Amino acid sequence: MNAQHLQPTGSAYFIAKETERPENHTLSVLVDNEPGVLARVIGLFSGRGYNIESLTVSETEHEKHLSRITIVTRGTPHVLEQIKHQLERIVPVHRVVDLTVRSHEFGQERPLERELALVKVAGTGEARVEALRLADAFRASVIDANTEHFIFEITGKGSKLDQFIAIMKPLGLVEICRTGVAAMNRGSQGM
Amino acid sequence: MSNGQSERREMTGAEMVVQALKDNGVRHVFGYPGGAVLPIYDEIFQQDEVEHILVRHEQGAGHAAEGYARSTGKAGVMLVTSGPGATNAVTPLQDALMDSIPLVCLTGQVPTSLIGSDAFQECDTVGITRPCTKHNWLVKDVNELAATIHEAFHVATTGRPGPVVVDIPKDVQFAKGFYVPPQIAPRTSYQPKVQGDLEKIKAAVELMAIARKPIIYSGGGVINSGPEASHLLRELVDLTGFPITSTLMGLGAYPASGKNWVGMLGMHGTYEANMAMHDCDVMICIGARFDDRITGRLNAFSPHSKKIHIDIDPSSINKNVHTEVPIIGDVGRVLEDMVRLWRATAKADKKALYPWWEQIAKWRARDSLAFKMNNDVIMPQYAIQRLYELTKDKDTYITTEVGQHQMWAAQHYHFEKPNRWMTSGGLGTMGYGLPAALGVQIAHPDALVIDIAGDASVQMTMQEMSAAVQYKAPIKIFILNNQYMGMVRQWQQLLHGNRLSHSYTEAMPDFVKLAEAYGGHGIRCEKPDELDDAIMEMISVRKPVLFDCRVANLANCFPMIPSGKAHNEMLLPDEATDEAVANAIDAKGRELV
Repeated sequence: MNAQHLQPTGSAYFIAKETERPENHTLSVLVDNEPGVLARVIGLFSGRGYNIESLTVSETEHEKHLSRITIVTRGTPHVLEQIKHQLERIVPVHRVVDLTVRSHEFGQERPLERELALVKVAGTGEARVEALRLADAFRASVIDANTEHFIFEITGKGSKLDQFIAIMKPLGLVEICRTGVAAMNRGSQGM
Repeated sequence: MSNGQSERREMTGAEMVVQALKDNGVRHVFGYPGGAVLPIYDEIFQQDEVEHILVRHEQGAGHAAEGYARSTGKAGVMLVTSGPGATNAVTPLQDALMDSIPLVCLTGQVPTSLIGSDAFQECDTVGITRPCTKHNWLVKDVNELAATIHEAFHVATTGRPGPVVVDIPKDVQFAKGFYVPPQIAPRTSYQPKVQGDLEKIKAAVELMAIARKPIIYSGGGVINSGPEASHLLRELVDLTGFPITSTLMGLGAYPASGKNWVGMLGMHGTYEANMAMHDCDVMICIGARFDDRITGRLNAFSPHSKKIHIDIDPSSINKNVHTEVPIIGDVGRVLEDMVRLWRATAKADKKALYPWWEQIAKWRARDSLAFKMNNDVIMPQYAIQRLYELTKDKDTYITTEVGQHQMWAAQHYHFEKPNRWMTSGGLGTMGYGLPAALGVQIAHPDALVIDIAGDASVQMTMQEMSAAVQYKAPIKIFILNNQYMGMVRQWQQLLHGNRLSHSYTEAMPDFVKLAEAYGGHGIRCEKPDELDDAIMEMISVRKPVLFDCRVANLANCFPMIPSGKAHNEMLLPDEATDEAVANAIDAKGRELV
């Protein structure tokens, strides 16, 4: 092949280098609870190359058919602004609030964020005792148990859950289920 | 809108579809029947208020509806069956999404009981069309059908217009339910902002009043906003004395004969338009979106200007280019306020703009659209110029395909009015122009409708010649035939060392015979001195015409902003030697993907 004699190829697209730093933000999205609405939201994220770190969704106002979606996403401030506006274009989307930006406006570092995890740990003897002792320290409650296992329920910030799970690993961790982040801003105002 | 008889009447879903079309003012539907829409076709058969235009391929129905919409300002409507009917509609749906064209697409679906069972001609239509529509619906309850279709028309035509899909299972078409007439009760989550923020408009007017090197950059949003917006744009230009350029989609909003017109901007725009964009101190972007074909290299885009951006879609603001004064609202409404505020507060200091206009005159003197005439071979630019001269005084509508011919048409055909220029800008769909011309001709039966085509593009939807013959739509397909995919070849010359991989069409149909085979009229022209007579013949024939205009095979489209270059680094026609073309992409180009 004489590939080295060929001219380099190019493109008509100018790919700008991102100079801003990416940040994690938590968005609250109020939507009509109708078929396909979640697909519209996550399709937007995958179609436009945005990140989803965590996603939770559930109906919050049954009589108004409203669901609230909480998305933790990562991007530069410019991309985060685009995400908000792109979400607002979706017809069944009522409101989009960047809770992280809102908390900064209130002089706070971040919004209130909580996550729930179910953690199954199996073992006997010393490890079993240690698991129960640590669970107590983390204020995790036992929701199922027999002589060979526990299922703990733990609620808190993501970092607390991460830590608890890491500690349980050598003590016979079997499986984990996490809900993803639920979040709202402090203070009396709604979203 | 609603007639008394249709109030809460019981009818079948299929009847509702036709009634809803009537109640939304629809006169024409472009479509193709199939198993899952037979009940609707049966209803269409039994009435004559809504005329159905039978195309030869669903993609043609979509582009025809787009042409219809673009030339009338109303929603275009297409009707297709499930499965392949719906998938064939995807290209025009995405095309309409990118160019903000109101398009209502009704698709048949397999009966609700069969959905999800991989039934014959089943596809997940709402799933497939979700990212290429503004919104879409699957209607499973006949009692929601009428309200859904009304909402579909509302969503398609308001705010930033766009395509919508209503997917209707066959059992819903047969089922009986109650019809509701259109109501002005939009859902609460969809409230497009049309009125601009007055404080922002005030700030814009103040910025404009002190500008010394201003430019107005207008786009398709002005056309979409309606004729009044174009009128107001002209008024604003007259009041301020500012130069104005436009995107491909915005041509005609300001007349090309207007004294402040500096031509189209962007990759194949004029030198004066791009240089003025680069050097300006205040840029007023009206209904355009800083597309990559417009801006060139982003970090060198108009580095010294403050930017005002009027757009109905908040996501267009600050998407690609940072804006100092963003104004969210309908272009027409915002311009109304802007013109009123300018009259009340600002005095146009047109003298202060003299140096700027002098500079623009110098750029204009470079004559960036010039080309070398040839007495033996028809130059493609010359063909467009003659076409323009011979049709400009008629009631003419122009559509195009995509490629070199499209850019030459934009450069050398001059538009005086909005809604006269139908082209696929965002998606760049080869095969758009012929069916779009059909749609325009159906909407304007007595007008002269010309598709300026390329030999490659036109073969993508050639079958709609048959539809044009059936409906006696005398569309004129003016093919600039150079045997190449000209723009592909031009890029291979620029970017790929002149290795012309598969951009030459070795077997070409005889377009004259092809026209005759369809029942149309064929013309071939090979010599510049025969061109005028041939064009006059094309105009006079009351039949669909395929005009095979044999043009210089290797002509390229200039001026051009090469890859990764800025507005002030254009490649001009007199500088575009073979060597310059081969080296237009420098070492920096290697960094680009």
